[in-house]
Amino acid sequence: MSGVILILALTLSQMLLVAAMACAIWRLVRGPRAQDRVLGLDALYVAAMLVLLTFGIRTGSTTYFEAALVIALLGFVSTVALAKFLMRGEVIE
Amino acid sequence: MIWMIVLPFVGSAIAALLPTNARNAEAWLAGVVTLVTLILASASYPAVAAGDAIRSNIEWIPSLGLNLSLRMDGFAWLFATMISGIGFLVVLYARYYMSPEDPVPRFFSFFLAFMGAMLGVVLSGNLILLVVFWELTSVFSFLLIGYWHHNANARDGARMALTITGIGGLGLLAGVLLIGHIVGSYDLDRVLASGDLIRSHDLYVPAIVLILLGTLTKSAQFPFHFWLPNAMAAPTPVSAYLHSATMVKAGVFLMARLWPVLSGSTEWFWILGFCGMMSLALGAYFAIFQQDIKGLLAYSTISHLGLITLLLSLGSPLGAVAAIFHMVNHATFKASLFMAAGIIDHECGTRDIRRLSGLFRFMPITATLAMVASAAMAGVPLLNGFLSKEMFFAEAIETHAISVLDTAAPYVAVLASAFAVTYSIRFIHGVFFGPLPTDVPSVAPHEPPFLMRFPILLLVVACLLVGTIPALTIGPFLHTAVTSVLGARTPEYSLAIWHGFNLPLLMSIVALIAGVILYLLLKDYLSRCEEGPPFFRRLKGQRIFERFMVTVSWRWARFVDYRLGARRLQPQLRLLVTVAFVAALWPLYSRGFTPGRFTLTGADPVFAGVWVLGIVCALGAAYQAKFHRLAALILLSGAGLVTCITFVWLSAPDLAVTQLLVEIVTTVLILLGLRWLPKRVQDGPTIASAVPGARLRRFRDLAIAVSVGVGVTLIAYAVMTRTPPPTIADYFLEKAYSEGGGRNVVNVILVDFRAFDTFGEITVLAIVALTVFALLRRFRPAPDSVDSPEQQRIQTAFDEAQPDRETGETIIDYLMIPAVIMQWLFPVIIMFAAYLFFRGHDLPGGGFAAGIAMAAAFILQYMAAGTRWVEDRLRVLPVRWIGLGLLLAAFTGAGSWLFGYPFLTSHSRYVDLPLIGDMPLASAIFFDLGVFSLVVGATVLMLIALAHQSIRRHRVARTIAAADEETA
Repeated sequence: MSGVILILALTLSQMLLVAAMACAIWRLVRGPRAQDRVLGLDALYVAAMLVLLTFGIRTGSTTYFEAALVIALLGFVSTVALAKFLMRGEVIE
Repeated sequence: MIWMIVLPFVGSAIAALLPTNARNAEAWLAGVVTLVTLILASASYPAVAAGDAIRSNIEWIPSLGLNLSLRMDGFAWLFATMISGIGFLVVLYARYYMSPEDPVPRFFSFFLAFMGAMLGVVLSGNLILLVVFWELTSVFSFLLIGYWHHNANARDGARMALTITGIGGLGLLAGVLLIGHIVGSYDLDRVLASGDLIRSHDLYVPAIVLILLGTLTKSAQFPFHFWLPNAMAAPTPVSAYLHSATMVKAGVFLMARLWPVLSGSTEWFWILGFCGMMSLALGAYFAIFQQDIKGLLAYSTISHLGLITLLLSLGSPLGAVAAIFHMVNHATFKASLFMAAGIIDHECGTRDIRRLSGLFRFMPITATLAMVASAAMAGVPLLNGFLSKEMFFAEAIETHAISVLDTAAPYVAVLASAFAVTYSIRFIHGVFFGPLPTDVPSVAPHEPPFLMRFPILLLVVACLLVGTIPALTIGPFLHTAVTSVLGARTPEYSLAIWHGFNLPLLMSIVALIAGVILYLLLKDYLSRCEEGPPFFRRLKGQRIFERFMVTVSWRWARFVDYRLGARRLQPQLRLLVTVAFVAALWPLYSRGFTPGRFTLTGADPVFAGVWVLGIVCALGAAYQAKFHRLAALILLSGAGLVTCITFVWLSAPDLAVTQLLVEIVTTVLILLGLRWLPKRVQDGPTIASAVPGARLRRFRDLAIAVSVGVGVTLIAYAVMTRTPPPTIADYFLEKAYSEGGGRNVVNVILVDFRAFDTFGEITVLAIVALTVFALLRRFRPAPDSVDSPEQQRIQTAFDEAQPDRETGETIIDYLMIPAVIMQWLFPVIIMFAAYLFFRGHDLPGGGFAAGIAMAAAFILQYMAAGTRWVEDRLRVLPVRWIGLGLLLAAFTGAGSWLFGYPFLTSHSRYVDLPLIGDMPLASAIFFDLGVFSLVVGATVLMLIALAHQSIRRHRVARTIAAADEETA
């Protein structure tokens, strides 16, 4: 029984996460401002990380957590770089 | 025997490392090396004389039939002795010839290397190996001729020699490959034993044409002769060595070497006979009219080599004997004459015969020696040149193949000999006799030091001894050489001086008298005439060569560049993509194409959803790429992220991790670059739509892009819907743990199975990083992106407008919290990199991923606080990281040699560490550490080189401002 619940929960959460990614990508495509796009990308990264985690849970393997870890730890680097580019016009001064 | 070849190269390496002014040390080194080689050669004579070739074989690339097999028989011995012996004398001579200002290490280094290559040519027992050494002699002769590279003539002469002999070398290689194809082996013994097979083969004619292309260019034979006179810009010791005894002899050496196999056919006779006869006659004729002593000697060399070629063309064993004999004789007298010419040049400062005269009074000994050598060159009796010339005459009279060439041979022989007498007398009479010189740069020419004369003395004595008592001196050695070439076909020949009154003697006498008369007739004309012979002055091989080179390397290159190259990216891409499309379509069209059946079983809606999002991102990026760079970059990141998820989904966690890291760092890299791109041209779109056909062109490009994309998709689909045959992947999966000691197959492939590829790749990465660095040092941004970005100007203006704020405070305020987090993350990310690194051999991760993570840690610091702040506190030194990485990888690879395994063999075992427990440890981890270090260095180097542009801009702005203030 708990197995079924887990499968259902995982499927539902993955569906919802993909929906979240779709929303983020809507911002990526539409904009309208560059800041919206950067924020959309950051949200996309977070959602992607969660998708990877749920995928790990579903397959029952820990091998895929590193990818999630990379996003968690370093995913923000590109966001910071983009934000700094917008604010200052160059990434490293 | 291998030492005879290795020793000169080792000596060359040492010579290159000595200081520039170590003239004596260099000369001693070179002298000892040449002498030891000579002794080694002499010591092996008893074994060679016993009639058997000495062989030594070291496996090199046995799978290609290429071994370091050396083989010394009598002929090779004769040449090896000549090369090392004359080499020694030339070293001795060069010690006194080279001026203290010349960079002597370079000379001796090239010289010894050349000697090693030359010995390699004569001692090779494998044809491919011979070609390798042959090319080496071309390269080193190029370097030696161009030794005085500040002199334009030397550069041109060197380039011409390299071009001509290099083309010939290519021909030779092709010819040798053909021979190897016919015989089935490149081994010289096998080739020499299959003469009949080669001569009767269909490929015989192409093979000899190609091989003769090599030998005739090397020996400066007509019509390739013109490089030799131009090579006279070389220092005289080089000419004495290369253009008398060795380099040019390599061609005739090879022809004599392969003579038993290749000769005897009509083609051989016609090609060689014609080239040899033309060289013999024209060389001698041109030599008469040279004003430069060395030019005279160069043309005379062409003529004498033509004589040898002609003798070899005849296909009679006696001709081959005479040819081999004349090779030795020519080397002795020509080397001594070149050295004498060098002394004259050295003492008087000019080599122009018109300006020199009466030098006998200043240097009687040198003059006497030169006279004897010239007499040998002219073929005066009692000297060695006479003997081989007599043999030549005797052969010329004989009828070998009834043809025009054969009928003309005796007449051409006498004519050329008469010319030889003329130019020999001209050299001696013009330089040493007559009134005292008036027009000579040096005031008081005098005798050179004894040791500088000594080599000439020795060679001239050799000429005399061989000329008077040939049977006692050269006889046995010549016989060994001749039997080793001709084997059972060795004819009866006699080296006696006196054969009685016969036709050859008569021809000699006629030639001598005619030569003297010719000189007397031409004497006045020669002292006045300009450079070059009458009738042929205008027709210079050199000019034709230059015209040809200009046509090929300038006109044609320009034409091709104009037709096929485009400065703009779009036409190039269009060409590339279309060609690729057609190339892929062709086999699909001709062999049929059936993609697998489309099924939807096992489709995962989540995965499909992710993919739809990825496609949207990719399309969006393509759509925005032209005018909204930042938006395109962000969309590209989205597409990249989807790719990473795909990797995870299709169980490639390694790829996913690496790809994610690369995505992140690439985003930063592109952003750094974006700042320097020129701004969009405001009215761009209007221009584009105003140009007629612009829209049409875009649609065409779209059509190309879509069709290529669909094509690739179809192929990928077809591949994926098939069950793959067993691939190499299965092998790796099976052996990764048992042989590589790691569970992560990808990593084991990278650092163990395919470690050599990885080694090459990281080397390329290092080169790329250094190139980026070097290019960015000279980077000049577009004019509209030189200024500070607009945002910075606004913020600075805001700071300056407020009395209580300092410049730059806005950015500090904004970044307060992020900067702290970013700085605190520094150790965490390093820890993460270490984690990725250490688990790499068994689980996802590895040196490459760890390296990029580490680089990200550094970049974060730069972003948080700016270049200056970071570099005040942290010295990254990326170049050292790169160097360390390369060295570490190389040493790890070389380390396996210590245990007798091939390069980069990995060893793995479990190590019991205290506290940590059993830990798998493979020697590949050090290799991986090298990869890690190099990746960190390369990534950081590129990013920081870009980042430094903005500091440099400030610096430039400040210096300009300072300069303005000063002028104000």
